[in-house]
Amino acid sequence: MDYKQLGLTKQELVEMYRMMRLIRVFEENAIAYFKQGIVIGNMHMYIGEEAVATGVCKALTKEDYIASNHRCDGHLIAKGADINAMMAELMGKENGICGGRAGKMHQSAPEVGLLSANGIVGASQTLGTGHALYCSLFAPGRVSVAFFGDGGSNQGAFHESMNMAAVWKLPVIFVCENNHYAISTNVNTATAMGSFYQRAAAYGVPGVRVNGNNAIEVYAAAKQAVERARRGEGPSFIECDTYRLRGHHEGDEQTYRTREEIDEVIKNNDCINNMKKLLVAEFGWSEEEDAAMIKSIEDQVAAAVQFGIEGEPMKVEDMESNLYAE
Amino acid sequence: MKKIMYREAIASALAEEMRRDEKVFVMGEDVAITGGVFKATKGLLDEFGPARVRNTPLSEWAIAGVATGAAMCGARPVAEIMHVDFIGCCFDIILNQMSKMCYKTNGKVNVPIVLRTQGGRGRSNGCTQSQSLEALFTQVPGLKVVMPSTPYDAKGLLKTAIRDNNPVVFIEHKGLYQTKGEVPEQEYTIPLGKADIKRYGKDVTIISYSKSVLVALDAAKELEAKGIDVEVLDLRSLVPLDWDAITESVTKTGRVIICHEAAERGGYGAEIAAQIADKLFDELDAPVVRVCGANIPVPNATLPEIESAPTVKKLVDAAMRICKGGARNG
Ligand SMILES: Cc1ncc(C[n+]2csc(CCOP(=O)(O)OP(=O)(O)O)c2C)c(N)n1
Repeated sequence: MDYKQLGLTKQELVEMYRMMRLIRVFEENAIAYFKQGIVIGNMHMYIGEEAVATGVCKALTKEDYIASNHRCDGHLIAKGADINAMMAELMGKENGICGGRAGKMHQSAPEVGLLSANGIVGASQTLGTGHALYCSLFAPGRVSVAFFGDGGSNQGAFHESMNMAAVWKLPVIFVCENNHYAISTNVNTATAMGSFYQRAAAYGVPGVRVNGNNAIEVYAAAKQAVERARRGEGPSFIECDTYRLRGHHEGDEQTYRTREEIDEVIKNNDCINNMKKLLVAEFGWSEEEDAAMIKSIEDQVAAAVQFGIEGEPMKVEDMESNLYAE
Repeated sequence: MKKIMYREAIASALAEEMRRDEKVFVMGEDVAITGGVFKATKGLLDEFGPARVRNTPLSEWAIAGVATGAAMCGARPVAEIMHVDFIGCCFDIILNQMSKMCYKTNGKVNVPIVLRTQGGRGRSNGCTQSQSLEALFTQVPGLKVVMPSTPYDAKGLLKTAIRDNNPVVFIEHKGLYQTKGEVPEQEYTIPLGKADIKRYGKDVTIISYSKSVLVALDAAKELEAKGIDVEVLDLRSLVPLDWDAITESVTKTGRVIICHEAAERGGYGAEIAAQIADKLFDELDAPVVRVCGANIPVPNATLPEIESAPTVKKLVDAAMRICKGGARNG
């Protein structure tokens, strides 16, 4: 389906474009400050995959839940999390989104429905299914999305979550971000089919594969799945064929792939370019408009960096708090 | 007062809490039609229906993980893992998800879940269905760990566990389900972190929990005939631990035996012994001793199964040994 059939307006497309750029600029800044030792931790960047979070979250409301994994920045930002608090979190600051104790992989923004990112590959699938169980019992009409990678798709949690969600008709959308690698392991050496959407049929779940670098294609699939879930018809599975443009983490030597392979995606299938081309072709999006947008995003992210830098580091005296809830 | 079975006490706690709070629900393998393989959820399906008494696929990772995900949103699931031995199939959820959620989110997301399970030997179920694994849980910050020994405690503690806003691992004992005890008709709860003196005495304290408390009480009877007056302190909850009760009892008796069915090496008794050595050294008249499970898988055959756990004889021998110097003066 193209954007017209989906009823997307120019303004909505521009917003999606801006969202992808915001995620990218946020992460580019995180990398820059990581190199200076101001941002700390294990940096799994989402750069290249922005269309997935953007397209999926466009189909959701604030009240819907999402369960995220280690590559979580895009999910958080697209769901509407506070980027100031996120940047501060990456710096281990008290004004961070979890007071500095979570760090990059464990961020949480319940105010926008993202209860927890996760350092355990596979966890988002069972937890996201659990959010959907809550919706089905206590908040009918709300849905949940579980984001996970091609690596995470080979965990047992994939099977157990899909099976339970299907048999209970839970309102969950399983979004597999197939970026072709789990650290160094190519997807074709990790699953004999090389892709995952075919598996869905075995659970009685509709499964599709889309170009994950095309936000409109992702949105179209997500919209359909979300509507189905809201109607109480159960889970769906969306495999987003995407590509990470950075290493698995910052500092990854990437001996498992060639520069040409990366450049090929940048040149022909970068999600931001894909959307920009559409805006130019359909709405005459100009370089001036583009530059103005980029400038406003850079200012927004600079403010987030400033917010983080000005924050107080998390205190040792506070490290024992909140182990238990009241 | 009416006497009911331990398993009935569990079922009645669940029913009362489900009536009180619609967010409470039960999920697990075979919990619905049969009422669970130990009948501890019997009657719930009829009263509450399949949406709140959820029969799951055979799928421990999903049972623990999906229940945790629901609890993160504000549900109050009581998820059942049929045997504690099966915890290996879902341990990530306990180790990294439910236990760490409140801490890592700085208190923004909490997990009000009860993970009900049961362990222990005594039915010749062999090495993968007879273990006592509480030390796996007490080692994980962020969990609470409860192990009741009587129907009265089981009911009052389970009700409190369900109301607690934190993950509680509630470990029953397969050898206790048929035991009977007095349980009031009117509602009551028991706070977590409050030990209970199951027998008062002045010469030696046996610190125990779960089914080993019954062994300790039998040993106390034999020791009484030998002139040794035993106090049996039932911890009831391991985390939080009632340190005040331990301090008071040990200060009175000066002699301590720690008794649990779990393997001795690295067991929870080692933690208690270390804390006593650290904080109550001056109160001791004898070394702290442990009467615990053998450091082997639980054997299936009857006598080895019994002898690899604490027995009355072992407790009596231990008490005789440390009371050689006679009762405490003053
Ligand atoms: C249970 C578990 N196993 C291994 C790891 C280490 N690890 C972190 S990310 C990763 C690769 C994950 O690949 P995928 O799910 O495809 O996500 P991607 O990193 O490609 O976004 C691995 C092996 C982990 N964090 N958790």
